[in-house]
Amino acid sequence: MRKVNQKGWLFVLPVLILVAFNALVPMMTVVNYSVQETFGNNQFFWHGLGWFEQILRSERFHAALGRQFLFTAMILAIEVPLGVIIALSMPRKGFWVPVCLVTMALPMLIPWNVVGAMWNIFTLPDIGLLGYVMNHTLGIPYNMTQDPLAAWITVIVMDVWHWTSLVVLLCYAGLVSIPDAYYQAAKIDGASNWSVFRFIQLPKMKQVLTIAVLLRFMDSFNIYTEPFVLTGGGPGNSTTLLSIDLVKIALGQFDLGPAAAMSLIYFAITLFVSWLFYTLMTRHDVK
Amino acid sequence: MAKITLDKLRHSYTADPKGPQDYAIKEINLDWQDGGAYALLGPSGCGKSTLLNIISGLLQPSEGRILFDGNDVSALPPDRRNIAQVFQFPVIYDTMTVYDNLAFPLRNRGVDEAKVNARVTEIAEMLEVTDMLRVRAANLSPDNKQKISMGRGLVRDDVNVIMFDEPLTVIDPHLKWKLRSKLKELHQKVGVTMIYVTHDQTEALTFADQVVVMQDGEVVQIGTPVDLFERPAHTFVGHFIGSPGMNVLPAEVKEGAAYFSGQRIALEGAIIPGAGLHQIGVRPEFVSLAATGVPATVRKVMDLGRHAVVEALAGDTRINAVVEGTLPGPGEAVHLSFRPDQTRLYRDGWIASEKERAA
Repeated sequence: MRKVNQKGWLFVLPVLILVAFNALVPMMTVVNYSVQETFGNNQFFWHGLGWFEQILRSERFHAALGRQFLFTAMILAIEVPLGVIIALSMPRKGFWVPVCLVTMALPMLIPWNVVGAMWNIFTLPDIGLLGYVMNHTLGIPYNMTQDPLAAWITVIVMDVWHWTSLVVLLCYAGLVSIPDAYYQAAKIDGASNWSVFRFIQLPKMKQVLTIAVLLRFMDSFNIYTEPFVLTGGGPGNSTTLLSIDLVKIALGQFDLGPAAAMSLIYFAITLFVSWLFYTLMTRHDVK
Repeated sequence: MAKITLDKLRHSYTADPKGPQDYAIKEINLDWQDGGAYALLGPSGCGKSTLLNIISGLLQPSEGRILFDGNDVSALPPDRRNIAQVFQFPVIYDTMTVYDNLAFPLRNRGVDEAKVNARVTEIAEMLEVTDMLRVRAANLSPDNKQKISMGRGLVRDDVNVIMFDEPLTVIDPHLKWKLRSKLKELHQKVGVTMIYVTHDQTEALTFADQVVVMQDGEVVQIGTPVDLFERPAHTFVGHFIGSPGMNVLPAEVKEGAAYFSGQRIALEGAIIPGAGLHQIGVRPEFVSLAATGVPATVRKVMDLGRHAVVEALAGDTRINAVVEGTLPGPGEAVHLSFRPDQTRLYRDGWIASEKERAA
């Protein structure tokens, strides 16, 4: 048997305590709510797994979850390839590098509810620039507050505008770290542009791309502020994503038990999908 | 395979070079014979990598031409020059297996799969990597990765020249020797022209039949390792090659004879007439302690086992001598004698004594 030095645990202790206080303890209170029922007066009754059962069977939850997956799948399908393409076409050296980088970083610097408000005004049918041009100049009927399709398109375009930069910057960082010798060797080996991308650039970007996909997945799956400010979940429930629905239950209806159960299910799904992404994307890596 | 000619080659990294100081390569005319093993030796920043990139086509020279077997290839891109280059850091395609790495240059050129297989198998055999062919290249050790980068050059049987840009930089010292002898062996087997760029004299002298020494964008001397060691054409070559390097002593020339601190020093042959700054060059290996000669004081003695290097001061001039047998102690007064047939005169850096005629 190999002797294991148990002192290592001591070094992990501070982090453990920190994580306990900022994540585990708050989460345990949620766990606590999720198995109890209350009728006010700060009186709680044991409810077992009833809330979980209710949420998992609720059509409202299924609909919100479906919308959430659709939204996340769409923005990933757009932002990741788009980000890679933009990063590839950015200059590697010279005067334009800082210009491009700053321009790219700008959307990410804007506070989330400002983004929502900006796009809300931007798309107003009669006074917003986009809304006016669409309806009055181009003659295409466009009203986000009435048409679910228009609302969806707007929410997605807004997210692409806000967050593609993150993918771009991460990929760009991966690209500039590739030594010139790789490109020179590829040139000498007679590789086509596609081969250079497939066998040099993509493998070298893989790690940052994994991080980009994970971050974009988690962020978009938990997205709240921007669509809430933009559409408020409407028209009807058409853009009510999971977190918007959750807030409606927890704060709107003050159903602590169901909201807590839903939070836990929500968290479990996020965790599971993140794990899945990570495992799939790193399964070939060198140990 | 081809003879490579560099014709009045000059290169500057500035768009509008004003004088010689703006040139990374100052007019080089050179012939590399077909099938030769060459080393391009010089200190960092002397322009050797620039020259290499010009030959491979990664860089367009500002002036001059490159000819392969008499055909001007100056305007051709690297993939059409049929050359191979091995870089300082191993370049491998991480996601591919070793086999696919070796096959890559052939497949890109549309070679049919049967021939690819034959070539890859043959080269893998030569490099002794046959048992790794199915391994993902990313999992290899640095020396094996570098072998694979070499292999990608060797698989193409029509390659004109294989160039090595300090290929052993990241290899562990004990593997350097192995890889270097492998390279030498490969050269003898395949007979492709090889150009090996390095700043390490041992690497250059052990690999090459002909060594090209560069300094400040100029070729200082071309010769066999023995030539460079025994008769450096320039004090720079004397300094750069050998450990310790050649002793260079300030000299005076009077009536056809050379003097160092008032003493007449016998040279290999007659002095070529001319004026300039004179120096006497003699390698430590040919300096001995004697009863008469240049008086000096021993400063330190470095015992290297088989022999010792004695550092002595004659006036303000430091002179190294390689000594075997009994060693003097520091501070001791000694006389140094130079072997005349290995003692040469340099004028403004360049050799200015005539070679001794075979007696």
